[in-house]
Amino acid sequence: MSQAAGGSVDIERMLRLALAPVEPPAALRLRVETTLQELTDLAVDELDAWELSSMRDPRNWARPVVATAVGATAGTALVLLRVRQQHRKRRAASHSPLDLAQRTLKAASAEARKLTRR
Amino acid sequence: MDPAHKARLDRDFSDLYRTHLRDVYSYAYYRIGNHHDAEDLTEQTFLQAYRHFERAQAESDGRPLRPWLIRIAHNLAANLYRDRSRRPQTPIDDTTVLRTTHTTEDLVEGRDELARILECIKELPDERREALIMRFALGMDNREIARAMGKSDGATKVLLHRAIKQLEEIVTAA
Repeated sequence: MSQAAGGSVDIERMLRLALAPVEPPAALRLRVETTLQELTDLAVDELDAWELSSMRDPRNWARPVVATAVGATAGTALVLLRVRQQHRKRRAASHSPLDLAQRTLKAASAEARKLTRR
Repeated sequence: MDPAHKARLDRDFSDLYRTHLRDVYSYAYYRIGNHHDAEDLTEQTFLQAYRHFERAQAESDGRPLRPWLIRIAHNLAANLYRDRSRRPQTPIDDTTVLRTTHTTEDLVEGRDELARILECIKELPDERREALIMRFALGMDNREIARAMGKSDGATKVLLHRAIKQLEEIVTAA
């Protein structure tokens, strides 16, 4: 038996050698990974099922409605900004307030069309 | 559960599995004493860990999850012994000594000596043997061992000290 400098058995050193980590067999690795993969696939199936069922549930419609509303608001803001940017040019070209209003409406609908075409 | 959250948990669990498969297997092997049961115990440990991973991750508060994994293996091993009402039947096979990386000096000392140490370890009470496996096979520090065994740091320090002392006595007497 190995002896330490003091004469006693160097037990900790022997323990490190005797209890060296053991590599798991490749078959075990494959077995566990296959099982875990099956569990993960199950999670993906759950995701698909959840998305479909959530669209059938009216309580989940709020999210797409809000998204549409936010998009529409942003689009409206963009149209107004562009129409406002060209306001001075239209005022100079118009010969009456009614003409200016008609030109503004035309410009707004033209900008909205441009935006929806994108 | 939100499926995106679940997918993230799965990824984290996969990392945990890759990082600690060898630890769990080493623990199971030295604890049980044969490769066949060690493989089953390792698989069961990861399956059970997968079931409770979300909660464990939330409660870990950023601390490493290795003690939690080893604790699962420890509980499963205890159940295995209780169910079968037996101690390890098959001696730890010599292939372990051959399969691990050793220096020339180690080879000179020979595997007989290491096999003898393993035999002496088996004479220790379960708790002391487990503490030694965690320290020397897995390289866990006192705090990790304490968490895995559900003890205080101080009690773990004492446990390890007594385990080494008792083993030294057994080895010297052998």
